[in-house]
Amino acid sequence: MLVVDDVSVRFDATDALRDASLEVGDGEVVTILGPSGCGKTTLLRVIAGLQAPNAGRVILDGHDLAGVPPHRRGIGLVFQDHALFPHRDVLGNVAFGLRMQGDSPSAIEARATELLALVGLSGFEHRSIGSLSGGEQQRVALARALAPAPRVLLLDEPLGSLDRRLRDRLLDDLGRLFAELAVTAIYVTHDRTEAFTLGDRVAVMREGRIVQVATPDELWAHPRDADAARFLGIPNVDADEAIRPEAVSVRPTRAGNGTVESAVRTGPTVDLVVVLDDGTRLEAVLATVEHPAAGARVEVEVDPEGIVRLR
Amino acid sequence: MSSRAWRRLTYGLPLAFFGLFFLYPLASIVERGLRGAGDSPLDVLSNPLTREVVWFTVWQAGASTLLTFVVAFPAAYVLGRYRFRGRELVSALTVVPFVLPTVVVALAFLALLPAGMERGWLPILVAHAFFNVAVVVRIVGTYWASLDRRMAEAAATLGASPLARFREVTLPLLAPALAAAAAIVFLFSFTSFGVVLILGGPRYATIEAEVYNQAVRLFDLRAAAVLSLVQLLCVLVVVWVTTRLEGRLVFLAPLRPEIDTLRRVRSTRDTLVVASGLGVLLVFLGVPLAVLVERSLVVGGGHGFDAYRQLGHGTSVLLTEPWHAIVNSLVYATASTAIAVVVGGLAAVSVAGGSGRTQVAETSARPLGTRLLDGLVLLPLGVSAVMLGLGFLIAFDTAPLDFRASPWIVPVAQSLVAIPFVVRIVAPTLRSVDPRQREAAALLGAPPGRVRREVDLPIVSRGLGVAAAFAFAISLGEFGATVFLARPDRPTLPVAIYRFLGRPGETNLAEAYALAVVLMVVTMLSVLLVERVRPNRAGWF
Repeated sequence: MLVVDDVSVRFDATDALRDASLEVGDGEVVTILGPSGCGKTTLLRVIAGLQAPNAGRVILDGHDLAGVPPHRRGIGLVFQDHALFPHRDVLGNVAFGLRMQGDSPSAIEARATELLALVGLSGFEHRSIGSLSGGEQQRVALARALAPAPRVLLLDEPLGSLDRRLRDRLLDDLGRLFAELAVTAIYVTHDRTEAFTLGDRVAVMREGRIVQVATPDELWAHPRDADAARFLGIPNVDADEAIRPEAVSVRPTRAGNGTVESAVRTGPTVDLVVVLDDGTRLEAVLATVEHPAAGARVEVEVDPEGIVRLR
Repeated sequence: MSSRAWRRLTYGLPLAFFGLFFLYPLASIVERGLRGAGDSPLDVLSNPLTREVVWFTVWQAGASTLLTFVVAFPAAYVLGRYRFRGRELVSALTVVPFVLPTVVVALAFLALLPAGMERGWLPILVAHAFFNVAVVVRIVGTYWASLDRRMAEAAATLGASPLARFREVTLPLLAPALAAAAAIVFLFSFTSFGVVLILGGPRYATIEAEVYNQAVRLFDLRAAAVLSLVQLLCVLVVVWVTTRLEGRLVFLAPLRPEIDTLRRVRSTRDTLVVASGLGVLLVFLGVPLAVLVERSLVVGGGHGFDAYRQLGHGTSVLLTEPWHAIVNSLVYATASTAIAVVVGGLAAVSVAGGSGRTQVAETSARPLGTRLLDGLVLLPLGVSAVMLGLGFLIAFDTAPLDFRASPWIVPVAQSLVAIPFVVRIVAPTLRSVDPRQREAAALLGAPPGRVRREVDLPIVSRGLGVAAAFAFAISLGEFGATVFLARPDRPTLPVAIYRFLGRPGETNLAEAYALAVVLMVVTMLSVLLVERVRPNRAGWF
């Protein structure tokens, strides 16, 4: 089990981390969700030993890691933009950690080949890094980090630089891999879909603090405060309550209690903004083909189940 | 001027200049070496003395390169890894020894080393390291500073210890910079002249110094010519090998802005690393120069300005008063700078792809003249200054090209040494002009000449300023070609210093030291001026 206990990091005048705490159980995947600049990457660097905290401890399986240099921690890190070694080929990258462990050449070869097969890159052994596509580089980075069988795997926005379709595909692959290998992992992202898809639990981070840790369902049901609700993408946030868009039903009618301000189709669903006659603005989501246009009068009802009380 | 006429000028004038003052003298050397009556050129080659000279040239160049790296590496590490106040200044100051005249540096070590030890192979190696530290610190330090630190961090998370990270990641990624720096230091040491002539004593000579010995002391122009061809061949081989090597070493390492890669000096350990890295450099570069200044002030048992006062009085060593050498140097260097900026500037325009044309046209068809020029302008870097001087001596001694006694032959020779530097400084600034700016100016109604004046010139003028100051410093210190060509009654500073050194006596030595200090100060002033107006850190000059 990995425990991050009240870790703080100061850079000059700014606090990158403020008393951040987190526990990750064996075989658990925790995703850290937060906007850019909230300290996610710094937290990973502290855990990996690349950044010394100003306060707090990192404890792995009961051992305080303070003073343990990164190369003796047994913690793997998949970097943003991969940071692959350009002077080595694919196999050389994946084999690096194994060589550092002092494995025999035959064992290294076997393990590296096995991992390349695992990430679907068999046959790429002697390709140069520069000749790989973004998605392939991503897979090499993952295989490289997994090869020495790290006790904890950290991933820093590994899909951030890829286009959307590729991201969706790799997201599936990653989920399958995590389950198959039962790795203990912390996965950092600013993307809600990634965080919810991969995380057994999701930690919401803001301004250097971890504000809430919960399963995706719990988080969606009970975001801790207005900011958390907003960041999760729940609209209609008030000081003490939020209304899920899918709980707002909108029916075209001549009389009605509101007017459609805008209607935008984003794919299978339509995002509506309606203004009630008392001046309240609400966002709603329709999953129908037909939908009221801007300016139409509508009858708006809110399902009480969809109202989230904020603490 | 029309676009076409301008383009013809940009390669036509430099080509004519290089043809007459570079290729023709070179051809004269070849002719003198291979043809002519008497012994076969092979006699020179089979002479055991020649073999000894070639062997010494090769091993001292290798050893000098090694020593340079040993001294420069800690400072390169500090500049490549840390951000601290004065970092830019340190980087700027390292360039001073690089442009210091060879004669000054040789004298500094003569002053520094105890009697009996001041001549031989060791002082030569140390002096070469002194010069070339800047090359290594600049090239390696700058490259190091742009290396992505996360490569090493990735290695750390994969279990690599600090030593393993250095060996497995940092060193291979640095390889292109290391190879480039090593090649340059090796070539400079290989073709070293002034240092070897003064510090080598009677026993040690590089090919370059031996060319001078044969031509000036033994009047054997034939042997000198053959030896210069040997040198040219060696240089070409070195350049060929290193170019191939560099091509193989360049990886597509993503380079990053320094702001992301440099770390602040935080811990005591950091402070210690920075202080010791820079301290070694400071002592190594500062002490010889300080001792030189001190020795120029020695009078009998105490100190005073006697040696400097003596510069105004006639002496039997020169055919003129010593202070005239200062005036000569300034006049020659100014003329040489003017030639170098005009010819080198035009060549840079041609090499950089010219202005007033569209991008597509530029890449598709470069005139043959331009392509020729591309290789030609850099050649004087490899063809040594002594060879140039010798070539002038052989080529321009008969009518109608009897220029040997003309005073302008000295600045012309000096400018040839400076032009490669001018091209290498100006061409990148020209390339930095976004072609779309020219296109925008043209669409707004500016004819080609106007585009050059309004768009290119303002951007290039700073580069030209830097190039001019560099050319000036190089011309001031130029020794190898000038020592052949300067008339006895019109010596430059380096030549005068060398003449004083050649005579026995404390007074003459003191004069040499004083003149060396004057030369050092003038050179430093012109270079520090460069660093203040330097437009960008591209390249290594």
